[in-house]
Formats: sequence, structure tokens, C-alpha cells
Amino acid sequence: MSQFAINLIFVGGSFALYIAIAIWARAGTTKEFYVAGGGVNPVMNGMATAADWMSAASFISMAGLIAAGGYANSTFLMGWTGGYVLLAMLLAPYLRKFGKFTVPDFIGDRFYSTGARLVAVACLIIASVTYVIGQMTGAGVAFSRFLEVSSDMGLIIAAVIVFLYAVMGGMKGITYTQVAQYVVLIIAYTIPAVFISLQLTDTFLPPIGLFSEHTESGMPLLAKLDQVVSELGFRDYTADVDNKLNMVLFTLSLMIGTAGLPHVIIRFFTVPKVADARWSAGWALVFIALLYLTAPAVASMARLNLMNTIYPAGPTADSIQYAERPDWMKTWETTGLIQFTDKNNDGRIQVYNDTPAFAATASERGWNGNELVVNNDILVLANPEIANLPGWVIGLIAAGGLAAALSTAAGLLLAISSAISHDLIKGSIKPDISEKGELMAARISMGVAIVVATWLGMNPPGFAAQTVALAFGIAAASIFPALMMGIFSKRVNNKGAIAGMLAGLISTCVYIFLYLGWFFIPGTATFENIPQNWLFGGTGFGISPLSFGAVGAMINFAVAFTVSALTAPPPVRIQELVESVRFPRGAGKATDH
Amino acid sequence: MADHKSNAQAYWQANLRLIIISLAIWALVSYGFGILLRPWLAGIAVGGTDLGFWFAQQGSILTFIVLIFFYAWRMNKLDKEFGVDEE
Repeated sequence: MSQFAINLIFVGGSFALYIAIAIWARAGTTKEFYVAGGGVNPVMNGMATAADWMSAASFISMAGLIAAGGYANSTFLMGWTGGYVLLAMLLAPYLRKFGKFTVPDFIGDRFYSTGARLVAVACLIIASVTYVIGQMTGAGVAFSRFLEVSSDMGLIIAAVIVFLYAVMGGMKGITYTQVAQYVVLIIAYTIPAVFISLQLTDTFLPPIGLFSEHTESGMPLLAKLDQVVSELGFRDYTADVDNKLNMVLFTLSLMIGTAGLPHVIIRFFTVPKVADARWSAGWALVFIALLYLTAPAVASMARLNLMNTIYPAGPTADSIQYAERPDWMKTWETTGLIQFTDKNNDGRIQVYNDTPAFAATASERGWNGNELVVNNDILVLANPEIANLPGWVIGLIAAGGLAAALSTAAGLLLAISSAISHDLIKGSIKPDISEKGELMAARISMGVAIVVATWLGMNPPGFAAQTVALAFGIAAASIFPALMMGIFSKRVNNKGAIAGMLAGLISTCVYIFLYLGWFFIPGTATFENIPQNWLFGGTGFGISPLSFGAVGAMINFAVAFTVSALTAPPPVRIQELVESVRFPRGAGKATDH
Repeated sequence: MADHKSNAQAYWQANLRLIIISLAIWALVSYGFGILLRPWLAGIAVGGTDLGFWFAQQGSILTFIVLIFFYAWRMNKLDKEFGVDEE
């Protein structure tokens, strides 16, 4: 059977499953559409949260980022998991007790202000739309690689599938498809990793293999990797980082950004009780950790495998002939994600770190520049081929990558549509809308959101990667502090909250735009995005635009407390509301009003 | 009523104390062992590298899981002790 037919069976089979679940789990009421009826088992919700959270970035890109950056990129591992500790202790149980449908619902009620609700809606929509573009383009790439259609066609297929199950089933349909998608993606991620771990270290579990002995050389795997990459002029894989301030702030931004992302928060509105919301956060992290503990192993092993492929006799001996390169390199060359140029015309592939420090060694060996450019994103997708695994594993990876992209896209689209139909239409424009009318409005806004996301995916504004920084920055600097102060302070009032959210939002956006271009329009950046130019850059402890979300959050807290202290305290009924969210008794299921 | 009120306050104080302890550990394993204190842990070898690297790539994630389950277990018990649990 051809590889194409195998891929088609795996991808087609998984899609048939998602559609079947959607038909079985249709939503009949707004409550089912927004919060799946509020009766989801906490373990199952944990699994759905894991699929919701782990996007194309986690599945496809993260291992590649770690492989390229080594220790320095551990920030993604800590940052994208540590946020769940904050969710479990600072947000999820209290917001579940509050018992409404959306994140702006809480901000609007707690700060007794339509203005605060609208600021929250705006933050939510900007963060979610920028995030969903990346998912749609990711799905398009996976389709075009594995199903041999154009990436625009792939994007449309993905959009139709999401449309079918998300519009029909709402949160209820999304929850159960996400559970299925989690199973597909975790199997797809771990099976190749187990094979590779066995090949390299004779260890069955990849996270243990990472710290085990490399069978072939008898050295610890990481020591072997350090040796290989340093002989080619790269930084040691495990090398420490100099700018620790930036590393701390970046990790912190990812953590509070994770805790503040609305599509993750609303998943905790679907469980029956406050106690379940606490357990559910733990289960979510267990299911996420299965992938996040495998990823660093995949990263180091794939990097070593790649170097061994190119330097079969070790990095100090001759590299491989271009004519004898393995088949997987040829398939990926056609996608443009691997590029080779024979700069010294010796017919061999040389990979090394082309820096002044390494120039002497390079010229001594007759090298004339690094000749192979490998896109980080192919690492996970090409992993089974690099390790010579059977064709069905490749089909599985295709289905897994699509599951990761589609499950996150569906969660984001639900957050967007509920913000529009529930907070904007019912909460502000037309409060007397009927239940049936609101459900229809939710479905229509979901449909519109999918069309917009698909269009943006086809015509990416050329800044897809940077927009993710913006999504995390906004969630960290505006949504997270507002929610936390709403629960932990009785003194923060409407004026303080609005001023704080705006200060956090604007300062973060401006800082990102200064370095990455105003509204991401290429060529409009005020400063070149290099460490010397960053805030405190002169000291060697510059703050990167990607790390500014944490600073924006601090600005938000400071402004909100100052403004609140200078203005009247919230009315007694609001102080009673805060009191009531702190105590689980009388939670009941998530309600409308 | 007064009794109920002080009970409620004690419950909230207990919750805050638990959160502060948990978040101190949360920060220690990630920002501490994983990042800032790594040079001081460099002498402790773990599988070809040092303890700080392990905390950054595995140890902190494992600790986070334990922290959340510990917090959930303690809080769900406190809910019952203070009589504020859901029926």
C-alpha cells in the first residue's frame, strides 16, 4: 500500500470519528453550547483541556525549538506547564463557583461595568483570533504534506471539519471530540519517541532515555550530544544562559499567559463542582505532561540522529555525499523546509555553526559555509522517517498533528463565539434575546469566526509566529491580573480594573510593536529587534518583546491598585459577590443568570 | 452569625497559606533550581548533565503535578472541615 493511502486511512478514519461524535453530542440549549451542560467528568475534562491547550505549536514546533536551543529553550517546557498551577490555585475553582458561561461575564459582573466587560471581550477576541491563525496554517501545512493537496485546499478541508462539529455540538461536541483528539495525538507523539529511545539508549521510556547512556558510544546521551555539537562550533546543548532575567520573565510570561487564555479557562466551567475544577486542573497537567516529558527527549535524540545522519563517521570525519542522502531528506526538500546548497562544491553536505569563532576550523577543513538549512518544524513530522519507522507510524503522525491543530482551533472558536453571542449581543446590545435566538447567534458567530480564521490562514499577515507572542502577552498583561484581583481583592473597583487592563494591554502591545513592527506591518519597527536595543539591553539583561507580558501584568496590578485606592470602594453587593466565589458551598451548575 | 463569619475567615486564611506555600515551591523548582540557582547545583551530576538541567526539563513539571494534586486534596478536605463544601 502506498504511503499516501496509509495517510488517507489514518486521517480519514480520525475525521470520521470526530464527525460521529459530533452527531451523537449535539447541543440543544445555550448551556450545552457554552459549557457542555456543566456535567463533564473531571478526568475527561482534564483530557479535553490537554487537547485544547496543546496546539500545533506544542505538537509540531516545540521539540524542534528545544532541539535547536537546548537548555535555553527549557522556558517553553516550564512556562507552558507551570501556568496550570496558577489556574488550579488562583482562578479555576473560584470562577467555577461564580458559575457563568464566559470570562468577560465574570469581569463585567465583578467590576459592575459594561466598559470592563467590553475591554475583556476585546482582549479575548484579539488574543484568540491571533492564536487561531497559527492553528489553521498549521493544519494547512500538515494536509499539504501528507495528503498531497495544496495548503489552501488543506485549510478549507480543515475548516469544513471544524465547522461541522463545532457549530453543531458547541462545547458539548468539542469536549468529546477533544477527548478523542487527545488520544490520537498522544499515541502519535509517543510511539515514534519510544522507538527512537530504544534505538539510541535501549531504554523504553523516552524521558528516562534522555538521561541514560548512549548505547553506541557508551557515554551519557547528553554528554555525547554536547560533544558532537561543540565539535561543529555550536553552543553546548546543555550550556547555561547568561541573560537569566530575560529567561525568568519569558517563563513567567508563558505561565501567566497560559493561565489567562480564555479558551483554557472556560473548560473549567464544564465540570459539575468546585472540587472537580481543582482535580481537573491536575488531570489536565498529567495528560499534558505525557507529551511535555517526551518532547525534550525527542528534541535531543532527533538532534543527535540528524548529526549522525550527516556525519556517519563522527563530526571530525567526512560528511555524507549529497547523492547518498536518505529518502526523507529528498521528500522534505520538495516542501522547501530543507534546503541544500553545495557552497564548496565537494558533493558533500556540511552542517556547522558558521560563526567567526569557528571560521579557522572551517577553512582548515575546506568548508565554505553551512550548507543545509533545516526548518525546526519538520523535526517531529520527519522523526519516524529519520528513524526508519514503518509507514503506519507516519500516517499516525499526520493524524496526530491535525488532531492537535483542530482541537485547539475548535476551543478558540468557541471562546470567540461565546464572547460575541453571550457578552456582546446578550450582555450589551440586546439583553432580551430569547434562548433560541442566543443559540442561533452563537452558531452564526462561530461560522463567521471560522470563515475569518480560514481567510487569515490563507492570507497570513506574514507575522504568524510573532502573533503568538501577542496572544500570550495580552492574556498575561490584561486578562490574568483582572481575574486574579477580582477574586483576591475586595478593594479593586471598576475604575481600577479598567485602567489596569488598559495599561497592561497598551504597554505590552506598544513594547511588542516597537521591536516587531507597528501592528506587525513589516518595516515599521522603531528599533531593530536585537538584544542590545531591548529595555536594559545595555546591561546584558535586556527584556525581549516576547518576555514583556510579565512586565505588563505588573503594570496592570500597580495601576489597578493605585486607581482603586484613590476612588470609592466597590458597593457592598460586589464585596458579597467576591465573598461568595471564595466559598464552594452552593455552587450548583453553571447558569445563565 | 458571628461564629459563621470567623469560620469563613479562618477558611480563607487557610487557603491563602496553602497557596503561598505551594507557589513558593512552584517558584523554587522552576525559577530557582531550573534557572537562577543552576550554577550552584552544577556539581550535582544527573545523566550526563547537572541537576539544574533536569529541573528545567523534567523536575519542575513533575513537581507541578504533585503540587496541584496536593492542593486539590488539602482544599477539598478543608472544605469539609469548615463546612463550606458542596452538598
